[in-house]
Amino acid sequence: MKQTTQDEYYRGVRMIRYDLIKELAIALAAVGVVALGATVFLSSPDVPPVTIATWSHDDPVDFVATATGELAGTTTSAGYGQPYNSTADAAQSWGPISPQAWFGVRIPIDSAKTFVIEPLQREAVESQDLTAALSTWQSAGADQQTAWTDAYSKALENAQPSDGTVTVPNGDYGPLPVMMANLLAMGQSGALDGLFQINGSFYQTDYTPALLFIGDGAYLDGLANTWNLHGDQWGMMNETGQYPGQTWLWLYTMWYQVFPFTSDSGFLGLNGGNADLGVIIVMTVLTIALALVPLIPILRDIPRWVPIHRVIWREYYASRKAKV
Amino acid sequence: MDATRPGLTPSGEPSSWTLRLRRLVDRELPMDHLLPERQPYFVGSWVYVFGVITIAALVWIVISGVVLAFMGPQWWHDAGVGRFVNGLHFWSVQLFFIFMVLHLWGQYFMAGWRHGRAATWMIGVVIFGTSILTAFTGYLSQQNFDAQFIAINAKDAMNGGGIGAFFNVLNFGQMYGLHIMLLPVLVTFLVVWHIVMVRMRGVVKPIDPEGVSKP
Repeated sequence: MKQTTQDEYYRGVRMIRYDLIKELAIALAAVGVVALGATVFLSSPDVPPVTIATWSHDDPVDFVATATGELAGTTTSAGYGQPYNSTADAAQSWGPISPQAWFGVRIPIDSAKTFVIEPLQREAVESQDLTAALSTWQSAGADQQTAWTDAYSKALENAQPSDGTVTVPNGDYGPLPVMMANLLAMGQSGALDGLFQINGSFYQTDYTPALLFIGDGAYLDGLANTWNLHGDQWGMMNETGQYPGQTWLWLYTMWYQVFPFTSDSGFLGLNGGNADLGVIIVMTVLTIALALVPLIPILRDIPRWVPIHRVIWREYYASRKAKV
Repeated sequence: MDATRPGLTPSGEPSSWTLRLRRLVDRELPMDHLLPERQPYFVGSWVYVFGVITIAALVWIVISGVVLAFMGPQWWHDAGVGRFVNGLHFWSVQLFFIFMVLHLWGQYFMAGWRHGRAATWMIGVVIFGTSILTAFTGYLSQQNFDAQFIAINAKDAMNGGGIGAFFNVLNFGQMYGLHIMLLPVLVTFLVVWHIVMVRMRGVVKPIDPEGVSKP
């Protein structure tokens, strides 16, 4: 359509006095009153974060089981794939589309080394028992290490904490009980929080190692469940303490609750296994469609068919009717 | 007009880039369009209020956000005033999204893209998406339990889409920098652009019974 000037566009339309700046000032005051009122009467959420110290103190069995899993390579982060490591077939894909794999390992994390071996090596300076245990572990073959971690992981399923320590029935666990007892003590003292954060430099703002390690355990996830933050609880829309979360992401989080993203077999190659990639693709397409609504037949015609505009401009239509 | 004067083309148009820009602004966005004191009588509907209260909420977000950024991340946890300003920021964001969604639906059912206004609609959708990203980095920057849980879960979506290789939600420094500087500047720029386009074209006329809703 040929662009017309405003004067041409409104020719014949009755104009009324309108004070935009006054309207903005009133809006600023009104919105400020509502926001300030909500702040005064409802406050805002701020539940303290989980530290490795609180995790290892409150749930030492989960902490030790997670650390053993890091050594065994069975945790989420250990077998994650890109961008943390190059675990085969771990990256999500849809047919030939696999952006997770395309960009490679950009944030390298060796779970066993970063979360267990390196912290223990620092601690071993002051402990001959730990030095010997680490030496035994590192000189053992892969099969022997797997046998130890398998046996220890199984024993941990029935372990009970006692005075902050974890005791398992006698068995052939190699050096693992000594290593894990030391790692648990480091965790409970807060030393691991500092080690993961400092990560070789003084100033740090990157919490990737600590968050991956905490995320590998079940402790934080269990707390999240009590706060209704899980995906199947529409957690994206909640915050701790019954506060609203990112409610504007309702459509994004909805896709995780419906077919094909809840299914193993799926549809057209989209399923629970590549749900993250699938949902990103769906939301990207929908967002582009929303931007292009003015160009899409039917979508752009719905406002004409649905008479909501007749409510919005009821005075305009009433005056037209009166003229007729 | 004397076409031989310096700075004028033979047709009388200014040859200076500065003059050309000033002419363009004068022609496309004269002050009586930018700050009009008269509007078509059909703007009396409450739907038109959603846009201005969205801007008002954004102003409160920026004011509270500037204070939070100035005082630093520990302040909103440890100090009573810090928690209060953090609460003001939180609720302003909630109101901003409520008003913006109402504005979006209002414009949809008014087919606000008609008569050459499609670009204004599209910029509005980009503002919506950029605002979601800005709020997301804000939730990740809270430094509390929510931030931890959101980061640990959101990384899977980011990594699955390949975005996590460059946009690491577990990296507080990256998320905080984006949240307090780059993304707010982008949202503000887009909002100003959106408003300028609305003022350049004026509000769209009502849908006529025989009219169409094409751009």
